[in-house]
Order: sequence, then C-alpha cells, then structure tokens
Amino acid sequence: MDDTIVLELRDVRTHFPVYAGFVRKRRIGAVKAVDGVSLSLRRGEVLGLVGESGCGKSTLARTILQLVPATSGSVLLGGRDLARCSPRELREARRSLQMVFQDPFASLNPRLTVFDTLAEPLKVHGLCPAAEAPARVAELMRLVGLAPRFMQKYPHEFSGGQRQRIAIARALALEPRIVVADEPVSALDVSIQAQILNLLSQLCRRMNLSLIFIAHDLSVVKHISDRVAVMYLGKIVELGPAAEVIERPRHPYTRALVSAIPVPDPEAERRRQRIVLPGDPPSPINPPAGCPFHPRCPYVQEKCKAAVPPLIPAGPDRVAACVRLDEI
Amino acid sequence: MPLLSVTDLRTYFHTRSGVYRAVDGVSFSLERGETLGIVGESGSGKSVTCYSIMGLVPQPPGRIEGGTALFDGVDLLRCPPAQLRAIRGKRAAMIFQDPMTSLNPYLRVSTQLTEPLRIHERTSSREARRRALAMLEAVGIHDAARRIDQYPHEFSGGMRQRVMIAMALITRPELLIADEPTTALDVTVQAQILELIKAMQREIGMAVIFITHDLAVVSGLCDRVQVMYAGRLVETADTRTLFRDPRHPYTRALQRSIPALQPKGAELFTIPGLPPDLSKPLPGCPFAPRCEFAAEACRREIPPLLECEPGHAHACLRAQRGEI
Repeated sequence: MDDTIVLELRDVRTHFPVYAGFVRKRRIGAVKAVDGVSLSLRRGEVLGLVGESGCGKSTLARTILQLVPATSGSVLLGGRDLARCSPRELREARRSLQMVFQDPFASLNPRLTVFDTLAEPLKVHGLCPAAEAPARVAELMRLVGLAPRFMQKYPHEFSGGQRQRIAIARALALEPRIVVADEPVSALDVSIQAQILNLLSQLCRRMNLSLIFIAHDLSVVKHISDRVAVMYLGKIVELGPAAEVIERPRHPYTRALVSAIPVPDPEAERRRQRIVLPGDPPSPINPPAGCPFHPRCPYVQEKCKAAVPPLIPAGPDRVAACVRLDEI
Repeated sequence: MPLLSVTDLRTYFHTRSGVYRAVDGVSFSLERGETLGIVGESGSGKSVTCYSIMGLVPQPPGRIEGGTALFDGVDLLRCPPAQLRAIRGKRAAMIFQDPMTSLNPYLRVSTQLTEPLRIHERTSSREARRRALAMLEAVGIHDAARRIDQYPHEFSGGMRQRVMIAMALITRPELLIADEPTTALDVTVQAQILELIKAMQREIGMAVIFITHDLAVVSGLCDRVQVMYAGRLVETADTRTLFRDPRHPYTRALQRSIPALQPKGAELFTIPGLPPDLSKPLPGCPFAPRCEFAAEACRREIPPLLECEPGHAHACLRAQRGEI
C-alpha cells in the first residue's frame, strides 16, 4: 500500500425522493440513503465499510460505481469526477472500477456459460481478440481457483462459493484498479466464506488492487481490512485502522456495535460487556436533528441534538463524529 | 426422565432426482430447562431434525423413515394427530428465521397472538387479549395497547421477531425450538433478541433448542452444543468443552475457519471440497472426503457417536482410537 489516492469521495449525497398520492403525485420527502460522505481510498488498500441494514452502505457502493446518480458531491477517480463524465468516458472509467455483488445466484446471468460471462467484458472493451479469449478466460479462472475445464458450464452447475469465484473473475477481467465488493461472503457458509476471504486478500496483494469491502460482520471486516469506516444513517461516524477501530472503538455507536457481536469463545463471552441499544435505527426519511445516533445514544446531551457533529481527529489516522469524544 | 429424547431419527426426502437422507440416524436428549445449540452449515440437517420432531416436514416429499422422539413420554413421530396438536403450540413451540413469512400478513397481531390461547386453553377473548397485551409488554414492545391492533408490516424486523416470540411463549411452553431466529437481523437487534430469549427462559423455565450456523451465538447462550454434518451428529459436548477441546476434525476445522478466532490478516483455514451429495450412498464417515486425517477405515465404516468422556461424544474413528 502506498499513499497514492485512487478514489476520492467528496461530500457525496444520494437521496431518493418519496412520493405520495395516487392521481397527482407530490414529493413528500427524501430517503437520505447517503448523506454527506467523504472518503479517500489509497492504492492497494482494503477499506472495510460496516453498518447495519439501511445505513446506506450498499447505496454508497452503487453511487461510487455510478449505478445510481449522486444527488450532490463528487466521486473522483484518478482526479476525474465520474458524475460529469460522458457515457463514453464513464465506460472507459469502469474498466478500472468493478463490482462484486452479494448474491452470486442473482448476479450471474443463468443463460451464459462461464466463458460467455468472463469473455463479455473483454469483448465490450475490445481488449482481447476473439481467438485469444479462451486463453485469457482460462487464465482468469485459474486466478480465482476454478479449473478451466468448467468453462462451458452454466452458473446453476456450480455451488455458491464457486459462483462467487466466477463473479470475482468477471470483476477482474478488465484488470481494474479498484473493486467494490458488496457483502461478498454474507450468503456463504463459514467454511466457504473462509475460502473467498483468503482469495480476496491474495488477489489484492498480488494485483495491488484497492478493495472496498462492505459487510455487516465486523470480525470478517477486521480480518481483511486495512482501514474501516463505520456508517450510521447515511453518514460515516468513525473511520480508522481496522484493528484499532474494532478493538478500541471511540464513537458510542461503534462501541455498541462491537459489544453486540457474540464471541465464539464461551469464556470471553461470559466476560463480554454488552451495550444493548434501545430501539431500531431511525428512518432515513426523517432523520433526527443533530447527531443521527442521539436518540439511541447512552451518552446523549442537549448539544448532541443541536448540530450534526463533524468528523474530528480521534487518534493517529482516525476520525470520529462525536462531540463528546474526549469526555466519554 | 429427559423432557425430549430423540432416538435414531431418520428423515428422507423422496424426490425425482433421488432419495435425500437429510437426517440420517440422529439421537440426542434434552433435560427440562436446558439450552441446547445445534450447529451446522446449510444442508446439514439441523432444521429438518427439529421440523421432524414438530411434525412440520411436508409429507410427501419428506418421510420419517424411522426413530422415535419422546416428549415427556409421548412419541411425537407416531402419536395421533389430535395428540400432536395438543402438544404443539402449547407445550412445545417454535420460532422461525424470517418473521415476515411466518406471521400472517392479513391478520392483526392481536388475532395471531391470542390464537394459541383460544385454541389450547379456550380462554375468553377478553382474558386472551389481556394476556396478549401483557406478553407483548414482556417482550419489550412499547405502546403495546396500540400496537396490538396493527398488522405485521407495520413492525420492523426486530419487532416482528419479538411478536413471534410472544406468540410462541404465550402458552408458557416447556420446550422452545428457535430456528435461526436472529440470522435475518442486524447485530444490535440480534443482541436484543438473544437477551430477550435468555430472560424469558429464566422466567418460564423452558428448555430451548437453538439452531444456528453461527458458533459465536451458541457460545454465550447454550449449555450444550451438538454439531451436525451431512445429516448426522458428529460431536456433542457442553459448550465450554466443545470450544476448548473439540475432538472431531470437522468441529476443529469450523473453528479454525472463523475470522474472529484467528489473528488479523492470517490465512484462514479452509475445508477443501464441498459437503457430500446426500442422495448418493455414503459408505463411511460423511466428512472423510474433506478430512485431512481420513484413513482407509474412515471411508469404509460409519463411525458411531461414542463418549470420550462423560457428556462429550464424537463420531471420529481416528480420534476414538487415539490416533489424532
């Protein structure tokens, strides 16, 4: 990993309008799925993105890929704002920015063989003469640990873990610099999950890939990531080195999140201090004023309800968005 | 006498592509008030075991091929339907993974909550409603008096799971089977639901069978754990022993493949290959094709589940011989 920044998000907001009325639709508000996220991704870095369902982590991933348009803010890839790109430029940019989705049953076309699936991006981008495609596809399959003799098989003939390998090979076909993986192991059993995690970290090291790894399982994220960003209700509340953030969380939400995870060790489990948060995360349509976490926060004070707390330094290479950081 | 005692349970599914031996000779027992965890990956038979006990396996294609499941002396697999109905939902209750598909979207929560009382206890509707309200409050639903008349879609995922728990516990059952009740929930909500199940268990004193794929959930909740693989029990022990001193290679491999127990960034242990196809005959140990310790004998004979010390049993030939 070096300090070259390959991707930068500046105050990205993705809001989805909500309409009411049947005959005459009126706009009654917006789901603020992503609400002011600034991030930078370094070359060769694995950035974990964690948060509970509905916190906006998948929308953020889709916004980075320009699969949903950002409402405001910018996504800079190598210094170029993707939102301002023409369709042709965007297609060019996508060569270096690829995605792996959660459910390998839904993200692969059931009517395409592995060969078709992996050769398609090569064809679209004109990267490989047709005659050389089989050799390149075989190489990709070996890269992700699949035997090239399965090239003419269809997705339904593979297990979940193997399908996720195909999806990863498809993302790597264009030799991207950045891969965004949205819960790539959540649908898999533990023994298969370990295989895919090993594969992803090997590939990152070997190809100097930058990876944005989205998951709700903190132990998985801690294992694979260099840095981790914690999201709550569309905002990043804490960001820093993975082991630091998860072992010594500073933001009250991160603390509660970490303490909620059961440990697979009965002795440690007995000693574990639990912070059980009351209630559910609030609706992103009408987020609470001030700090989004204040209605569930055990340390809440009047000032928390007044203004959205900015991300402030919380240690080396660490930030957290809590006004009471030094008091708690 | 144990509350539940299952002996040599076999549940097969007869499909066009063959006979799947989903549960193949499972025996275990459960004492009153005990919490038992059943751990396994998808397809290991952990859910089908419990569905068989509760008479919820669709027949056909499923068929209970053999075995007994004695609940307080009554064989649930063979008793007349009326007797089973009198036990199920009254003395033995079940909660499921996805509360959206297991609650009826067309009925108000009040109707669904009072149903067990009206059927099993012939309670008057006023009394049933009073107890339903008390139960909703007990599972931590605020403003229960208003929420009781709402429909399931008006509740969040965690709240729906609370409604399901309230429904299961309203008759104060002696046995609760929880089939991955927190898998669909976020960790902070999972923590709430696990605390709730523990608290209700203390109050009612029921026994709990907790089915999960997550070893971590089991470690804090269960007194005893049994690990299933390919329709069979491979290891059972009290929770602390199972985590400290696992004997079966599959249990060991599972533990070594969880990121939480490994140093950060270390290569995770992976189990090569895939679970066996349950429609094909398995002459030996079901784990042998993926096992790093498998010997010739492992592929020929089915290892029995034998105790290696009181309360700790496993089904590995080589560990039983003291070779690994």
